[in-house]
Amino acid sequence: MKVIYVDNNATTMVAPEVLDAMMPYFSTNYGNPSSMHSFGGNVAGAIETARENVANLIGAAPQEIVFTSCGTESDGTAVRAAIESYPDKKHLVTSRVEHPAIKNLYEALSKKGYRATFVPVDHSGRLDIDYLYDSLSDDTAIVSLMWGNNETGVIFPIEEISREVKSRGILFHTDAVQAVGKLPINVGETGVDMLSLSGHKFHSPKGIGALYIRKGTKFSPFMIGGHQEKGRRGGTENTASIIGLGKAAELAAAHLAENGYERVSRLRDRLEQTLLDKVSNALINGDPANRLPNTTSVAFEYVEGEAILLMMNEYGICASSGSACTSGSLEPSHVLRAMGVPFTAAHGSIRFSLSRYNTEDEIDVILEKLPPIIERLRELSPFWKEAMGT
Amino acid sequence: MWEYTDKVKDHFLNPRNVGVIEDADGVGEVGSIACGDALTFYFKLDENGKIKDATFQTFGCASAIASSSALTEMVKGMTLEEAQKITNEDIADFLGGLPKEKMHCSVMGRDALEKAIGCYLEEPEKKVEGEIVCECFGVTDREIERVVRENQLTTIDDVTDYVKAGGGCGNCHDRIQEIIDEILGNERPVRKKAPALTNLQKIKLIEESIEREINPTLKKDAGRLELIDVDGNRVLVRLGGSCAACAKSPVTLKHYVESRLRELVSPDLVVEEVQ
Repeated sequence: MKVIYVDNNATTMVAPEVLDAMMPYFSTNYGNPSSMHSFGGNVAGAIETARENVANLIGAAPQEIVFTSCGTESDGTAVRAAIESYPDKKHLVTSRVEHPAIKNLYEALSKKGYRATFVPVDHSGRLDIDYLYDSLSDDTAIVSLMWGNNETGVIFPIEEISREVKSRGILFHTDAVQAVGKLPINVGETGVDMLSLSGHKFHSPKGIGALYIRKGTKFSPFMIGGHQEKGRRGGTENTASIIGLGKAAELAAAHLAENGYERVSRLRDRLEQTLLDKVSNALINGDPANRLPNTTSVAFEYVEGEAILLMMNEYGICASSGSACTSGSLEPSHVLRAMGVPFTAAHGSIRFSLSRYNTEDEIDVILEKLPPIIERLRELSPFWKEAMGT
Repeated sequence: MWEYTDKVKDHFLNPRNVGVIEDADGVGEVGSIACGDALTFYFKLDENGKIKDATFQTFGCASAIASSSALTEMVKGMTLEEAQKITNEDIADFLGGLPKEKMHCSVMGRDALEKAIGCYLEEPEKKVEGEIVCECFGVTDREIERVVRENQLTTIDDVTDYVKAGGGCGNCHDRIQEIIDEILGNERPVRKKAPALTNLQKIKLIEESIEREINPTLKKDAGRLELIDVDGNRVLVRLGGSCAACAKSPVTLKHYVESRLRELVSPDLVVEEVQ
């Protein structure tokens, strides 16, 4: 059975070009980039090219890029660097809809003497910006906000907020894991001091990420060790994956330059609109006007998400859900709850996240298979007939 | 991804007996849309008092649908007495097991069955007995005590897996732990093994155990145990409070009181009720 993969906010396929670029660094080019001999030194050169490609993708300078192992490491490094650099400041700000990499870190830190503000969002997932600004004080060490939400795709106005936060002398970090490669980003034009990205969200392998650190930003390393990454992240480089990340960044930049995401967002819009037309009592979670081009979160009322996913799985369709049952927790995702999505809809929310590899045919298959699945599950549901008043 | 057995997948993808029985003899509704799963179970009896037909409607995940479907298959042909004996474990076993985190689906099945039978027997709808422990999912201390005892649960996570309690904000974790501790006797102040008790010591220890261990637990259900006499290893007691009227009191006596006294005082004790 052919797999129809529309779960690209979870992870993506490694692009064939990326894999090709990486292969020599597993075999012939296995040298340590720190070595004095040219066998290792050549690898160091390749890493610098990769660094340039990553910098180019987000409008940074190469020396502002530090390679890490993943988005979570980048996020943790940024926040911990801020509180180490400003030891007297005990206030941390973020939103209520962040990825666990920030959310759980803030919760952990708030048990260790820090005060965390979780800025609310409205029903469409839009940030309460006044609330954010009102919370800032001389005690605020860092504001960390995601650029694009992984579950709903809602984009926060990071350019505007980061400039305001920076003008108040407060560090600004953004978890741009879902945005990098999908949106044109130019950190130079923003007030962003640090930015996290993750390779496997844009067609490089898992286990590689990067942290952008604006030149002049106070920093202290999370992984202390050798001189690698100019002392900002110790440990021998994950060379093959760094090469892969560099290649993926190059491909993503080219794709953005040719407006490749217009095609992806057209596919997404067709999927979304046709589902809304074909299935009653379905709605979109999140602000349709400000979303990542590849993401839609559709809530099907009176059915449960895991059941939908497993029935789609029978047709090889891979998506994900904000429902409780899929994660092993018992409540719907904190993102949907923060938005106040009613329970009737939250449990039946399905996220489709596309990539440049998705095709019209694949969307057709989803549109053929999914509406009958919803209908079937609604027939099973004791709430459906009641809701329909029959 | 959950590790579902083939039987769970089969009952999820091809659920048996979906629907409503308009002239059902018994109907049991449990769960709610807010909790993420809900089940309505219907049955119809034949002239011999056996379950002729059973159907369900379920809102929920794959294991909730499969558990409901399994339940309807299991009860067909059973008398109500037989059906009453079905436990949540039986439902899970019928499906070849459920992931631990999904055991609450089997508990939901059992609860719906019990409610439907109660509905047929015209037992007054049980009031929400006990105190709400878990506000998020509306679970009472009685419900928690029951799953802990019936499934030999030992941790808060277990309780969450079986009845969801503690799976939301987490504010009730301390209380759940207390309930588990009470049942496991973790706070056991009494020597577990007193060597060769004299009769007087034994009676004293039984008295103490009842007052310190057993009555505080029964009190939650507004029940009470009174020690009447100790004759060798026979412990004669009288159940008071709501226990006296409760149909489950013989079970309480045997499963709970006796096993606690055996554990706390002496393994040879036999508990008997005197009217």
